[in-house]
Amino acid sequence: MTRKAQSAADEQTVKFYQTGTFTVGNRLLDEEFRTVQATQERSNSIDSGHRACQGCGQALGARYALDTAMRVTDNQIIAANATGCLEVFTTPYPETAWSIPWIHSLFGNVASVASGIAATLKAKGDTTTRVIAQGGDGGTTDIGFACLSGMFDRNDDVLFICYDNGGYMNTGVQRSSATPGGARTSTTMPVGDHPGSSFTTGKYLPAIAMAHEIPYVATASVHDLHDLERKIEKAMTFRGARYIQIDVPCPLGWGSEPSQTIKLARLGVQSGLVPLFEAEYGELSNSTKIRYQVPVEEYLQLQRRFAHVLKPANVDQLETIRALAEKNIKRYRLL
Amino acid sequence: MLHQMSGSIAVAKAIALCRPDVIPCYPITPQTHIVEHLSVLVKSGQLENCSYENVESEFASMSFCIGASATGARTYTATASQGLLYMMEAVYNASGLGLPIVMTLGNRAIGAPINIWNDHSDAMSVRDAGWIQLFVESNQQAVDVHIQAFKLAEALSLPVMVNMDGFILTHAITRVDLPDPEQVDQFLPPFVARQKLDTQSPLSIGAMVGPDAFTEVRYLAHHKQKEALAMIEQQAEEFSDIFGRDSGGLVKSYFADDADIILVAMGSVIGTMQDLVNDLRDEGYSVGILSLRSFRPFPANAICNALKNASQVIVFEKSFAVGMGGILASEIHMATQRYVGENLKIKSVIGGLGGRTITKKSLRKLVDNASKGELDDEVFMDLDGGTVIRELNRQQEDQSSGPIAENILRDIGVVSASKTH
Repeated sequence: MTRKAQSAADEQTVKFYQTGTFTVGNRLLDEEFRTVQATQERSNSIDSGHRACQGCGQALGARYALDTAMRVTDNQIIAANATGCLEVFTTPYPETAWSIPWIHSLFGNVASVASGIAATLKAKGDTTTRVIAQGGDGGTTDIGFACLSGMFDRNDDVLFICYDNGGYMNTGVQRSSATPGGARTSTTMPVGDHPGSSFTTGKYLPAIAMAHEIPYVATASVHDLHDLERKIEKAMTFRGARYIQIDVPCPLGWGSEPSQTIKLARLGVQSGLVPLFEAEYGELSNSTKIRYQVPVEEYLQLQRRFAHVLKPANVDQLETIRALAEKNIKRYRLL
Repeated sequence: MLHQMSGSIAVAKAIALCRPDVIPCYPITPQTHIVEHLSVLVKSGQLENCSYENVESEFASMSFCIGASATGARTYTATASQGLLYMMEAVYNASGLGLPIVMTLGNRAIGAPINIWNDHSDAMSVRDAGWIQLFVESNQQAVDVHIQAFKLAEALSLPVMVNMDGFILTHAITRVDLPDPEQVDQFLPPFVARQKLDTQSPLSIGAMVGPDAFTEVRYLAHHKQKEALAMIEQQAEEFSDIFGRDSGGLVKSYFADDADIILVAMGSVIGTMQDLVNDLRDEGYSVGILSLRSFRPFPANAICNALKNASQVIVFEKSFAVGMGGILASEIHMATQRYVGENLKIKSVIGGLGGRTITKKSLRKLVDNASKGELDDEVFMDLDGGTVIRELNRQQEDQSSGPIAENILRDIGVVSASKTH
């Protein structure tokens, strides 16, 4: 920390409410353990004043991800954005929350736009500027899937970040291929014999990214921002295609309290439903062990989208979700 | 320097002379030879400092162009037909963002029924997309207009589409004068982007615009196209000064000044029409041709000026708006109603669809009928009425008469009669 920043920090009233939690941004931690966001030198890639909802996991995840990338590249980041919440809430005309070079083109093409940016840097011999593509789960696993797979296949020098909130929240909470089975969305209402989203074979993109054998794949969660920062940092040490999927609770789409975002993110991980791991060149290289395992109900009960799952009539759905958590725990060695 | 080569190879060499930084591509007939040859030029080192990428779809290809152009790259790609439709959302996006991408459209029909041969349905499908759309009559013009396209695109910060007829031009081996690199460098300055993703001076591109400013943004797109009208003429002159040949401009007239009947068309059919007019002029007909080189912007004034002394105009086009009729004909109708007057008779002729040969004989019949005052307002040239009536009858008799295209192919003996109706 510079002397100027130190003196500014000294003048601030330090709030102690985060003491003893795993939450980062804690100014009581030793300097080496602090996050980028805890320092006054953070780049504020996404500035304050944007229009995200209260408790938005995506706004939090994106801010940490981009500021970390900015720090490790000495502010040499260009970002491309898919259509979606992040794009809409950051750029209400004539304002923009972005203090980095940023482009939004379409919903389904962000990977290709980023590839085009990377190709230009290559043609011009610019090896210092790095490229990040970002979108929600719809812009990643559904409409943006072809472009993303092409980017992986060519191993274009782009870090793709998917902020996964499990649905099309920007258009009013419709089902995406990342929506968890059983979840209520506005196109999978809890009515009929199979309430909520169907339990399909799924389209788990981190595994699909691994199948492309790209240099680096990781999953992260906004409850452990140190881990998120570390993974972004690590991703930037590789050249070629990289993929990070961040679990970002959405109070609007999940039917949860804005104040519960961090807790929900943590319960997702602790229940085994959101596995955190890293993979290099297609091989699992690291898994984050679950510290205190919790039953999936603890996670589900805080979300209205799963209210029907917890009713006795739908116990089979609950069993299916439990089995999924068990499968994740085994597959990604979470215990 | 003079060469004997196909239109596609000539265009690839012309593109290389313009020193693009980024070329994404995706194969589709009949433009594929262009991007194939560019890959050779890049891989062999003849075109240096260029990122060439064979991507996974046309949608990806245009999106790749968007990212590249927004980062300050001189960017080129080519497509045709279904490929253009597949990239459509990005086509609108490129112009909406004002990115000076140059794209060749090797004009081809759109299916269903699937058809790989030439017409202008693909070009017309993007007539409202905000791109500048130029048409060429010959492979020499294809070479020359691509060089002008980069200059125009970059001056206006708008994408430019160069339309060249699939097969008829792309695959035709003709004599082409390829310019020297020095001439191209003299004509085409290095690309200076109007907007650029740059870490030294960060800006946001592609922000959401609501009702409060959307009209103004769209109006400015229209305004830019109007600006292009003068710029196209001016650059054609500059081009002619440096390269010594006249290859551009909004329209090109062939004996139209004093003609009573004027044929209006775009693209390679102009060559056939010129042969016909040579014959007819010898026979004493007062007939001429107006070739539209720029379709967007639509050169209404230049067209009216060229048509003002004629009594009849035969608008020949290789596509039409189903349920409405000739697209070019109605646009010319609107322009001339406003500026020339109602006495000018506009006849709409649709021909050459899906690669059907356009013969001098059929064109001559149009002019003959027109000169006798017997040409219908709307003509589908060389339409086989018998085939049409047979299918209409079949549909009337049998609700389950089956797919039209296959029925007709069976009628004319192209496929075996596996199913009888």
